[in-house]
Amino acid sequence: MELSGAKILMETLIEQGVDVVFGYPGGQVINIFDELYQYQDKIHHVLTAHEQGASHAADGYARATGKVGVVIATSGPGATNLVTGIATAYLDSVPMVAITGNVPCSLIGRDSFQEVDITGVTMPITKHNFIVKDVTRLADTLRLAFQIAKSGRPGPVLVDIPKDVQVNRCEFTPVGVVEEEPGILAEEKDLLMAAQMIKAAKKPYIYCGGGIIMGDASKEVIALSEKMDAPMGCSMMGISAIPADHPQFLGMQGMHGHYASSVAEHESDLIIAVGARFSDRATGNKDKFAPNARIIHIDIDNAELHKNIEVALGIAGDIKDALARLVTMVEEQKLPEWQARIAELRELENAAPQSSKALTPYGIIDIISKITTPATIVATDVGQHQMWTAQRYPFKTPRTFISSGGLGTMGFGMGAAMGAQMATGERVVLITGDGSFGMNLNEVATAVSNQIPMVIVIMNNGVLGMVRQWQTLFFHKHYSNTTLDRQTDFVKLAEAFGAKGMRAATPDEFEKAFAEAFRENGPVIIDCLIDENEFVLPMLPPGGSMEDVITEVKEEA
Amino acid sequence: MERYVIAVLVANISGVLTRVSSMFTRRGFNIDSLTVGETESGEFSRITITLRGDEAIRHQVVKQLAKLHDIKEVEVLKPQDTVSRELLLIKITNSSATRQDILAAASVYRAKIIDYSLEALCCEITGESAKIEAFIELMKPFGILEMCRTGLVALERGCNCLKTE
Repeated sequence: MELSGAKILMETLIEQGVDVVFGYPGGQVINIFDELYQYQDKIHHVLTAHEQGASHAADGYARATGKVGVVIATSGPGATNLVTGIATAYLDSVPMVAITGNVPCSLIGRDSFQEVDITGVTMPITKHNFIVKDVTRLADTLRLAFQIAKSGRPGPVLVDIPKDVQVNRCEFTPVGVVEEEPGILAEEKDLLMAAQMIKAAKKPYIYCGGGIIMGDASKEVIALSEKMDAPMGCSMMGISAIPADHPQFLGMQGMHGHYASSVAEHESDLIIAVGARFSDRATGNKDKFAPNARIIHIDIDNAELHKNIEVALGIAGDIKDALARLVTMVEEQKLPEWQARIAELRELENAAPQSSKALTPYGIIDIISKITTPATIVATDVGQHQMWTAQRYPFKTPRTFISSGGLGTMGFGMGAAMGAQMATGERVVLITGDGSFGMNLNEVATAVSNQIPMVIVIMNNGVLGMVRQWQTLFFHKHYSNTTLDRQTDFVKLAEAFGAKGMRAATPDEFEKAFAEAFRENGPVIIDCLIDENEFVLPMLPPGGSMEDVITEVKEEA
Repeated sequence: MERYVIAVLVANISGVLTRVSSMFTRRGFNIDSLTVGETESGEFSRITITLRGDEAIRHQVVKQLAKLHDIKEVEVLKPQDTVSRELLLIKITNSSATRQDILAAASVYRAKIIDYSLEALCCEITGESAKIEAFIELMKPFGILEMCRTGLVALERGCNCLKTE
């Protein structure tokens, strides 16, 4: 059948299993939106307040499910507003297809109204991108975009479709969902070598990255940990891969990691890193990182091996397969001495005083986790609240923690939480800060329009806490532009948007508010007043090593 | 730091060169020279890149190149198994005092005089990069007006070819 480009886009999206897209209309995508109107029973388009919100929503949708998230925006400013969202997805390896309209081919290159070279702009932040100048190439290009986005190490792909290509017509023949390209498999000899290194190790540590979640390898890595009696830690992206209450699990390591997890890694004689990339936030000073450890690095992306850190053994391959095979090669063992040291570290970590009558970040998170279920999705923005959540919330199910790791995008949370909710149907909690929330709070309007059951918990300290913390520790308390001094009333703001707003200044007030909010069928904002001098601890100073770890900050009067 | 040559076979479509050079910029790899041109097949172009760096950088460059979607084949060429050439056009001040010296040098280096006027003469020379550089050094005292180098092109010796399946 002969169809217009815009219709071919609809048919291809449906063919690829897409039923929800996020976006915002505009001059160069009117044809696409006209088709969305006609296809509304098959594709649900979620209209956001801003294209950035739509891009984060597509990202949250993908993170929560593993499916490809789709976002549509118009040319020029619509397209550039996607850039932060695309970069966020790129740094965290999230499968996404971004569709942008562009001016007709005849006007390209003439600085036409709302024209921007978006494939040029997004080249360094996409896995690949396309501009389609011939309608006969449209369907196959879109299919290829989906295939690239989800194959191997996933990532965002952008397809730019000039207006005339949306209008032009050609034959369309539907095909099935494109399969992922077959991934590389780990070589047997490398796995045998890994098994030997494991046998020789006395103090092994398994370092789980986001690849465990993407590669659906939680079961396999847990089996490995149990068989070799090794503790597991994770990067921030690896959170939720391992149930927080697993006896071998020590939690997040790195700059703001759990003390026991980071120290165990530092003292280990063998690190098995799986689906992680040794980011600077995870390692601190690379020259002093785990000085006695040999490292085995398993990753689906060959280019990650030896990129950030020299490793003894790099294994490129699908991690689910590699771990499953490695488990069969490893002998069952017990490491009582190492486990005794781990227990000691855990005790040191737990010794820190925690009880407080005031509303504290950990107190807030503890109350949230008492009321939520293991399936509840918890999203965050970026900053102190994010680290507190990463440290404290007991995640039990993969893909329930939605947070911007690599790019550290403030303003990510609102869109991402909505996308994750729409993808799963689960209730979501967005833990955010007054700084981050301020960046994209326009999306509360979207949450109201779509009656999204989400609780927005604002840890409101009136400051940009994470930067302020650095200023306190490393910049002589020069609080340059981190004191917000705003008069925003978040309760009234919620009401102005048509959402519910509550305020909590004590743990009791918060518990009551959250319990009520969590039952609502639409968005609720809870403004939580916390102390501006709360710190995220422990903290590994940037460029420092575990020897420099800061575990307490004494406040002089 | 060692200098090495990477040969890359890429899909012959617009934007590929930008993708390659953008990756080098983004990852902070410095290129000495880059050439691109058609191949025996209309489907592919061939890029030859020379750069400096230690072994770790070399491995990263190859792996990051291989990740780009339009790139079909990447290979580090071993100097001992490779023939490589570069072409230089160089314009030198022509004067009766230096003319004979320039022509003598050009003859020894097997450079061709391809343009001649009363004020300037232009030489063409091909060879490995070291020879080109030596010739430029030699011409400097005579007054180089302008010059332009193609960058290195290289092929493996024998019947080894950079081809995709």
